[in-house]
Amino acid sequence: MDKFLKDDVHPKIIEALLKIDTGVKLDDALDNEMILNMGPQHPATHGVLRLVLRLDGETVMACVPELGYLHRGYEKMAENMSYYEFIPHTDRLDYLAPLSNNVAWVLAVEKLAGIEAPPRAQYIRMMVCEMSRIASHLVAIGALALDVGALTVFLWTLREREKILDIWDILCGARFTNSYTRIGGVANDAQPEVLQKVKVFIEEYEENLRECEKLLNTNRIFIERLEGVGIISAADAIDVGLTGPSLRGSGVDFDLRRTKPYMFYNDMDFNIVTFSDGDSLARYFVRADETRESVKIVRQILDKMPKGETMLNQPKKVLPKKTEIYSRMEELIHDFMIVNFGINPPVGEVYHAIENPKGELGFYLVSKGEGHPWKCKIRSPSMINLQSLPQLVKGHMVSDVVAIIGSIDPVMGEADK
Amino acid sequence: MGLEAKLNQDGFITTTVDAIVAWSMKNSVWPMPMGISCCAIEMMASGDPKYDIARFGSEVMRFTPRQCDLMIVAGTVTYKMSHVVRKIYDQMPDPKWVIAMGACTSSGGMYRSYNVVQGIDQFLPVDIYLAGCPPRPDNLLNALIQIQEKVGRTKVREFTNKPMPELTVLQNN
Amino acid sequence: MTINELIESKLKENFKDVGFTFTTYLDELTVSFNKKNIVEVCSFLKTNPELEFLLSEDITAIDNATRKNRFTVVYHIFSLKNKFRLRLKCDVDESDCNIDTVSSVWKTADWQEREAYDMYGIKFNNHSDLRRMYMPEDFEYHPLRKDFPLLGIPGSLSLPKK
Repeated sequence: MDKFLKDDVHPKIIEALLKIDTGVKLDDALDNEMILNMGPQHPATHGVLRLVLRLDGETVMACVPELGYLHRGYEKMAENMSYYEFIPHTDRLDYLAPLSNNVAWVLAVEKLAGIEAPPRAQYIRMMVCEMSRIASHLVAIGALALDVGALTVFLWTLREREKILDIWDILCGARFTNSYTRIGGVANDAQPEVLQKVKVFIEEYEENLRECEKLLNTNRIFIERLEGVGIISAADAIDVGLTGPSLRGSGVDFDLRRTKPYMFYNDMDFNIVTFSDGDSLARYFVRADETRESVKIVRQILDKMPKGETMLNQPKKVLPKKTEIYSRMEELIHDFMIVNFGINPPVGEVYHAIENPKGELGFYLVSKGEGHPWKCKIRSPSMINLQSLPQLVKGHMVSDVVAIIGSIDPVMGEADK
Repeated sequence: MGLEAKLNQDGFITTTVDAIVAWSMKNSVWPMPMGISCCAIEMMASGDPKYDIARFGSEVMRFTPRQCDLMIVAGTVTYKMSHVVRKIYDQMPDPKWVIAMGACTSSGGMYRSYNVVQGIDQFLPVDIYLAGCPPRPDNLLNALIQIQEKVGRTKVREFTNKPMPELTVLQNN
Repeated sequence: MTINELIESKLKENFKDVGFTFTTYLDELTVSFNKKNIVEVCSFLKTNPELEFLLSEDITAIDNATRKNRFTVVYHIFSLKNKFRLRLKCDVDESDCNIDTVSSVWKTADWQEREAYDMYGIKFNNHSDLRRMYMPEDFEYHPLRKDFPLLGIPGSLSLPKK
């Protein structure tokens, strides 16, 4: 035991690893078994996830994930800044789908403050949510293929993703960390040029996706690396708290867009993709098919998008327009108040969750009537999904661990907060 | 590259060891992608078909520090992670360079909180601080070009053959 | 009978000696009760065939910064059957800073409780693996407590040698 206790492996982690009952009885476990450290700097761990694996030969007997290498203290920072100031921080939670996080945050704050954004803003928000779902799933598919050894798919999906990022460049003024939404609306209206580009993108997308799928769906190596690897049953998946595509890969029909609809998802016609196998391959299929459903939603959004304001005109509650600030006294005063003291939602608490590409992203906010939240809890899907990892990798080879992490698709910025 | 003409003429060229070594090093900078958070995605994007880092001879991203000479620290470095970053830096062979990609890495950026190191220069020598949160891929390529200029000024004799640190290997007996 | 009333009547019927407080704010039902009943109430909510709160979404705590009942442990649970989200709350005093674990009820509570322990220092009794989630194991403080400064305590976290 002592020989494992170097500075970089903390005794408690090793202790936790050795404590796990693997169902194998050996006189001296360490004679036959090996402890392998994977990460935090490892190409397959999607960031800074660290796994300490207990191996018998090459079979994983037990696994202890160690998080916190990217713990940036979001929740503490949220307690010290206004609701507006936190919007840019949400970008960097799940950095593969920044816009979706922005929407999640403002929806929670709006619910707390009793604000409702105008319909056009809501439609734009829905559009960016679905587009960022596509962008995120593209990276997930590409990275999964990369993890099991196919480099080409990754380049092709990134090519598609770049098109979305180019659209963001025009829409938000930034290609990656957008900070696009505002409390009570969105930062700027979607120009016809943007909508046109979105239209072109979704017209081409299905064909391009099929092209990527051609490389994977009939690829024997890809299928055999994933099929039957990391199986989790529906009951277990709910028990360990999986949400998002990982849960739907186990056949559970749980999607917050349908279960607890927010914005205008009730008016949209789309299917919830589920696969019942519960293995890594099923999770890949769910992601691929979900992007198709997203395309369907975006198409309906473009048809139905109403004209009108994109920002609420209630100077007492949300930031007034810049033009009005410079020309009217009342607006100037309210702008001053909001910038300096925040929007001061009434005393109360709210939990609002939306269906993010990775799963359920929820914000639990407690307000004491001040300009900054008293408590902000981020319910991040990646962290909870990662919890299933020890269960999924047990009994598989080390090389399968890589495929399983890829199929869960964690983002460490969100998992570590 | 203009070499062909000279070779056709005389059949040989003269140069200094410094120049030829620096020239070859600078055109094959192998990055160690220390991808930690958001910037890592933009680093990935710089390798994609649109930005194509291969044009600068740096598409060989190696995940083992022993094969690399440029460390791109992309993302927020927390106190817990700083030990890992330093350890990986120590394992890279000399000569080596470091790009601090993004605001968090350079200065802590928007994270003034208890767990974020306010700038990796507190424990690493940094050659380039790259602005942006995250920097666009073009910006990273620009940093790479500047690193190449710096590599081009390298003198061979500056680098005494320092032994690489031994890796600790856990053994049973 | 709405789902709110159903939960209220079920809980009152089955736990006669537990004092429940029901509050609704913004259509979200909150149930507060004494911390010593947490495990039985949770397992009842999970196993009752009419309620079936199978999914534990989130476990966290609030630091109220008061002398009495300083912390409140908050549970968000979801019923896939009824499409309903319920919030449970238990007060925890600083002098007796512990609460029973619900990881025997929901497996996912394991990490969620570890996180609450890391951030607030609330001990979860009978937890199988109560380690820190994010911070290094030898870190002495609990960052989300209100008396911990945002910028941390100098010297509490080490940097590698230059």
